[in-house]
Amino acid sequence: MVSRTFRTRAMAATVAALALGLAACGSSGSGDSSTDAASGGGDSGDLITVGFSQVGAESGWRAANTKSIQDTLTKDNGFDLKFSDAQQKQENQIQAIRSYIAQGVDYIAFSPVVESGWDAVLEEAKQANIPVILTDRAVDSEDTSLYKTFIGSDFVEEGKRIGEWVSDNLGTEPINVVELQGTTGSAPAIDRKQGFEDATKGNPNVKIIASQTGNFTRAEGKTVMEGFLQAYPDIDVVYAHNDDMGLGAIEAIEAAGKVPGKDIKIVSIDGVKDGMTALSEGKINYIVECNPLLGPDLADIIKTLQSGGTVEPRIVTHDDAFDQAAATAALPTRQY
Amino acid sequence: MNLGAIARHRLFWPLVALVLLLVASALKSPAFLEVTVRDGHLFGGPVDILRRSSVLLLVALGMTLVIATRGIDLSVGAVMAIAGAVALSQIAASPDPGALSTVLLAMATALAVALAVGVFNGFLVAVVGIQPIVATLIFMTAGRGIAMLITGGQITTVTSAPYKTIASGYWLGLPVAALIAAFVFGVTALLTRRTALGVLIESVGINPSASRLAGVRARTIIWTVYVICAAFACIAGFIKSSDIMAADSNNAGLFIELDAILAVVIGGTSLAGGKFSLTGTLVGSLVITTLTLSITILGIPVNAVSLFKALVVIAVCLLQSPVVQHRMRSRRRRVAPVPVEVPA
Repeated sequence: MVSRTFRTRAMAATVAALALGLAACGSSGSGDSSTDAASGGGDSGDLITVGFSQVGAESGWRAANTKSIQDTLTKDNGFDLKFSDAQQKQENQIQAIRSYIAQGVDYIAFSPVVESGWDAVLEEAKQANIPVILTDRAVDSEDTSLYKTFIGSDFVEEGKRIGEWVSDNLGTEPINVVELQGTTGSAPAIDRKQGFEDATKGNPNVKIIASQTGNFTRAEGKTVMEGFLQAYPDIDVVYAHNDDMGLGAIEAIEAAGKVPGKDIKIVSIDGVKDGMTALSEGKINYIVECNPLLGPDLADIIKTLQSGGTVEPRIVTHDDAFDQAAATAALPTRQY
Repeated sequence: MNLGAIARHRLFWPLVALVLLLVASALKSPAFLEVTVRDGHLFGGPVDILRRSSVLLLVALGMTLVIATRGIDLSVGAVMAIAGAVALSQIAASPDPGALSTVLLAMATALAVALAVGVFNGFLVAVVGIQPIVATLIFMTAGRGIAMLITGGQITTVTSAPYKTIASGYWLGLPVAALIAAFVFGVTALLTRRTALGVLIESVGINPSASRLAGVRARTIIWTVYVICAAFACIAGFIKSSDIMAADSNNAGLFIELDAILAVVIGGTSLAGGKFSLTGTLVGSLVITTLTLSITILGIPVNAVSLFKALVVIAVCLLQSPVVQHRMRSRRRRVAPVPVEVPA
């Protein structure tokens, strides 16, 4: 039996700890963990105030994307960046954007978590005369006047380039392809599937025998690939919608006693460091990059708008593509 | 035993579901049930199921004990993420990631952290008297954040042969992960069925006050099961992170608390506490793992995956429920009122 005083004290301590924990949850949940909350308002000297709401920190790609933006929109370059992480929740992003509007920032930029449901908050930004720039992912608003431009990779094009490479290099004989899809319903998953199918349609040798979601994660990529290996003994090529799922597939293929990159070829999209390393080691055969370094382009767009210029409503970033030799050459100087 | 008694057994329908899933997969892909020797170890569908189910089984075992005391532990997924994050960050930071000593030390640290979480959960429930669902919710939400802090928001990837053995290694031709889970299952069964611990846990679950008055140290028992649960989740976290050789704080063990609770329930342990069945939990874990694997093999369209899972689970739960079982029995009797009906 614990004495009563101890129990009371323990209770008080726990309640205090709980309160702290909840307070911490509250602040992170609000989605507005601005790095520079002190200087509210857009008139902080000659600096251009930019509010940026990031999706989260779910992958190596995203981390590189965040770093590029934080490293480019610096005070030295004439920007005052207010950065917030939405932890993959739309309500956090909407809240962050509202707080940017309230603070009266000069520009708002964000990577929408999902495609739909942005009309109301973007309308508010428009009323407040704050230009909005979309990065990396699009919104499905019909009213394109709600944002100035959408800068990011063309996901359909990425899928198409993978498809063309497979068709040209491997499709000279009949091949069976299995596809590891991204998160069901997300724009990259839909578009990358579409692009690949478009590109391989004309080649009767390329046959997609199975397609399942691996949710863009390594663990699920591996689980699904294990199932594929059981169900289909004659897989020639794995098409993974991102590197992480491709890396998971490598593990599954090795566990099945086959050699990834030789017995079963792997192609994927992203070009993150682990993926590029596997490519240079010969375990992946081809990667189309999805460039996360959007910072410099974003800075250019804002500067152009600031000086009264206009920008294209859709700006496609430059994506490279790598085979094994190119990956080995590029790896030492890669930034992410 | 006659057929009626078998059909009434609480594990009858889960086992039927398991067999049906296996048969369906084997029909779709005849090689599925084949077990061959490849690279000196067993390889095939059943081996994959055993290896895959180890993670869920470990988590569900701990959950069974917690549920038997009328509790619930929602923090298991977060504990898995923390375990992977602590172990892999330490291995990644060490000068010699491939050394066995490094790996063991890293795992010991992670286990210590997980035990601390378990002690905290147990303290809140057993001493402070906070409802288990609320008490463990704290770490369910905060734990993943802690794991993210440890890995710096990145996916920490390491290359370390000893650590890789946990999930991908084989011993005597059998997957190490499955052996670990089997060992933990054996120890838990021994401790709860060959010592008084099992009875004590059940008595606390049935009536904590009465057990306390009868001289059972209810508080210690409850505290202990949360610590055990966290320890098992930690081992599951090792297997999960070793599986991909990376600590993915966002996704490791995501929603596994729900799968674990489901496995426990399918296994026939009541959420109201009291009687529990470790064998039932084993069957429940196998059903859920096989279900996940069979989705890939049967080629269920991506958009229908959740629906397919839900339908199977609903079917099993309905068939298991006492009301439905009673109805089915009385209807059978009405349709065929044969006097030869033998009592059990």
